[in-house]
Amino acid sequence: MSNAVIIKDAVKRYGDFVALKGVSLDIQEGEFFTLLGPSGCGKTTLLRMIAGFNSIEGGEFYFGDKLINAVPAHKRDIGMVFQNYAIFPHLTVAENVAYGLKARKVPASEIKPRVEKALELVQIAHLAERKPSDLSGGQQQRVALARAFVIEPSVLLMDEPLSNLDAKLRVQMRTAIKKLQRQLGITTIYVTHDQEEALAISDRIAVMKDGVIMQCATPSEIYARPANAFVASFIGTSNFIPCTVSPGGEVDVQGKMQFTLPDARGLTGPARLSARPEQIFFADKGLPGKVLFSTFLGDFIEYEVAVDGLGALIVNDYTKDTSTRHADGEAVFLNFDPARVSIFPADEEVGEE
Amino acid sequence: MLKRKNTSVVFYKDPWFWVKIGVFVLFLVFLIWPFSSIITNAFRSNKVDGFTLANFDKFFTKKYYYGALGNSLAVSLVPTLFAVLLGVPMAYLMTRYNVWGKKIWHILAILSLMSPPFLGAYAWIMLFGRSGSVTTFLQQFGISIPTIYGFGGISAVLTLKLYPYIYMYTSGAMESIDSSLEECAENLGSGKLRRFLTVTMPVVAPSITAGALVVFMSALADFGTPMLLGGQDYRTLPVLIYQEYLSETGGNGNLASAISIIIVVITLLMLVIQKGWVSRKNYMMSALRPPKVIEVHGFKRFLVTLPVFLISFISFLPQIIVCASSFQKTNYSSFIGGFTLDNYAELGSRLWSSLRNTFSYSLIAMVFIVLIGILFAYVVVRRKGKTGGGLDMLLMAPYVIPGSVLGLCYIVTFNVKPLILTGTAAIIIISYVIRKLPYTVRSASAFLMQMDPSVEEASINLGVAPMKTFWKVTARLMLPGVFSGAILSWVTCINELSCSIMLSSGRNNTLTIEAYTNIVRNSVGSGAALSAILTVTSGIILLIALKITKGKIRV
Repeated sequence: MSNAVIIKDAVKRYGDFVALKGVSLDIQEGEFFTLLGPSGCGKTTLLRMIAGFNSIEGGEFYFGDKLINAVPAHKRDIGMVFQNYAIFPHLTVAENVAYGLKARKVPASEIKPRVEKALELVQIAHLAERKPSDLSGGQQQRVALARAFVIEPSVLLMDEPLSNLDAKLRVQMRTAIKKLQRQLGITTIYVTHDQEEALAISDRIAVMKDGVIMQCATPSEIYARPANAFVASFIGTSNFIPCTVSPGGEVDVQGKMQFTLPDARGLTGPARLSARPEQIFFADKGLPGKVLFSTFLGDFIEYEVAVDGLGALIVNDYTKDTSTRHADGEAVFLNFDPARVSIFPADEEVGEE
Repeated sequence: MLKRKNTSVVFYKDPWFWVKIGVFVLFLVFLIWPFSSIITNAFRSNKVDGFTLANFDKFFTKKYYYGALGNSLAVSLVPTLFAVLLGVPMAYLMTRYNVWGKKIWHILAILSLMSPPFLGAYAWIMLFGRSGSVTTFLQQFGISIPTIYGFGGISAVLTLKLYPYIYMYTSGAMESIDSSLEECAENLGSGKLRRFLTVTMPVVAPSITAGALVVFMSALADFGTPMLLGGQDYRTLPVLIYQEYLSETGGNGNLASAISIIIVVITLLMLVIQKGWVSRKNYMMSALRPPKVIEVHGFKRFLVTLPVFLISFISFLPQIIVCASSFQKTNYSSFIGGFTLDNYAELGSRLWSSLRNTFSYSLIAMVFIVLIGILFAYVVVRRKGKTGGGLDMLLMAPYVIPGSVLGLCYIVTFNVKPLILTGTAAIIIISYVIRKLPYTVRSASAFLMQMDPSVEEASINLGVAPMKTFWKVTARLMLPGVFSGAILSWVTCINELSCSIMLSSGRNNTLTIEAYTNIVRNSVGSGAALSAILTVTSGIILLIALKITKGKIRV
């Protein structure tokens, strides 16, 4: 049955290069857990260590209370969905799904109904006798999914499973995957570099960078309270606003705005505020600026506003009445709720979008 | 709780480690050891004790020997040049124009390339030789034609046999040029010829030189053609090796060994030059949009078809001539016209024993070639590690070492204890495996490189152990690549002459050796009949394979 996955101080080395620098994770039974980060951050490396395809240079990997470091890949009882689907091209859809059951010596009389049920769950029962070459990308993805969970694995691993699909199908499939995971209750570890996908699909997310976990929390927590400037910039869009903090927690934005942050993370001196585009709004006073450009995006208008000494800030205005749209060149004041923005040291590294 | 251990695979528990060891041992015993024993042999002599340069001294001071080196270079370089002059235009016309009967010319090119090694020379002798039919016909009118014996004849025969290498390597490259590159040149105002010379040629040049290298090595190693057309006056190195070994007393083959070293050094030199040149100008290209085939009509279409037809038809002609003459009446040493089946009827038991030898040896070799080839290809592609480069080199070795040299290596090495194999069928089979394995490995590994490794991981992940996964999934999926390579291995085994003729004690004669021996003995009837059987057999195998693979056989 489904298992918790506990990782203690995982280390991965490629020669002199340390790809994972002591990563620890505590993944709950039945949880949908996502490893998120830019390419080269070590997320796929970690996933492949869990799967048994990468050697483990340090640390301990547990499924439940069982140490699996020395268990070979084919005995780990893991379901895995690969980036390129990895469907067996010489087998039919049904044979692909039955493959893991046959390897487990499940009686033939039981295999058939289980395969049928799995194909129904991913809504491709009608394709059972097709060869993979006749399937679309989305259909192949469903076969890969059915093949992985039909064996009722203790853990389900997914390595960027949606990255080869087009945008619309990607959104459809991620909802389907999420619903299926809920229904089956299998502990799932999901790897992606797409922050939007991670936010949409996960119970919890570990944001990784350079082989280290930057933050591990629920999607809403990560979005609202990013642990550092990297997370703030990697997840969603953030405006970074230079400021100075006095020892009493008094924040000053270039002499134009002052407020007190009781929890300024003990920072004093130069710092940076991070505000989401929707956290900034037009007001009667605040930071003076000039509208550079605006884009109508349906339910909101995105403004690019030049603020003296701060550069351009992105502001998402969700006012219902779009007739009051600010014209390009119009002088405006910007403001935000100090309680909702985050503050980071001025020199903290920012990820590229 | 399991015992705490962090490395999941210990090297000696990895079956692939043992596969690598096995492959190395195979090549060590049957390639490296034999070759190193002729190296030591080359520096020894019956007349002196210990190390001596006497053999090389003899080689480079007597015109009889060093003349052969010049001859060898001449009949390798000239055919290479002419093969390029035939092969490149043919590749260009075939890939860019709607040539009539494209498939037929392509198949004819493959059939010529894969034909028995002496066939071209033999057919030309039948027509233009001293008592050839054309020669005698023209003599009635007092017309004499230039001799085909010697440099000219050998060069012509080798050119016509080997040009398909250039054609195939070049057309492969031409098909992979992204058409936008040429269109771009056209937009920039380049004329057709200019575009060909400045854009197309530089991109395909590495493939042309790779093809040229193969032509050069094959021509240099060729044994059958200069044996038949060289006569007493025009010897090449492989012929010398054979004759020296037969004539040298004591059977140490010291001088033959020295000649072998020289021939291998020349091949290696050419290999290094070509690789060095290509590494400086390698344009990797994968066609997003392969070039369009230009549709021409009427007379223009005839014009683009004619050269392709002439080249491929003339190179295929020997096979027709030999088959046709096998039904002609003979007075033992020459054809006298009129239809007969006697040539076949007279073969009797020789036919059956040589057919049996050919098929049993080549098929036993194939079992090993396919099995070792699959494992070898997998190791080369997926488990390269630190030894991968060495494995790649082993694969090149059979190209670099000519058949007659390997034959000599084996005779010298396996004629004495600890491993006496000379005169057995086993040694012929082993030489087949070592020399023809690369075709299968190359084809299988090219196929494997295109395969997504996660398919294997998926199988392991689903609970099938790695080695079982290999046979159940990987090997199964590699089969098409293995098959098309194995066919080439097989056909070239059947037609193998230069190595097996040195290793065969009469009763081990294969069809190729038997046919060749009959031709040399001037028993033209049986020679023609055996050659015809050989040609038709190879042709049928290739045609069936082409049909199955839908033409996807790459040499």
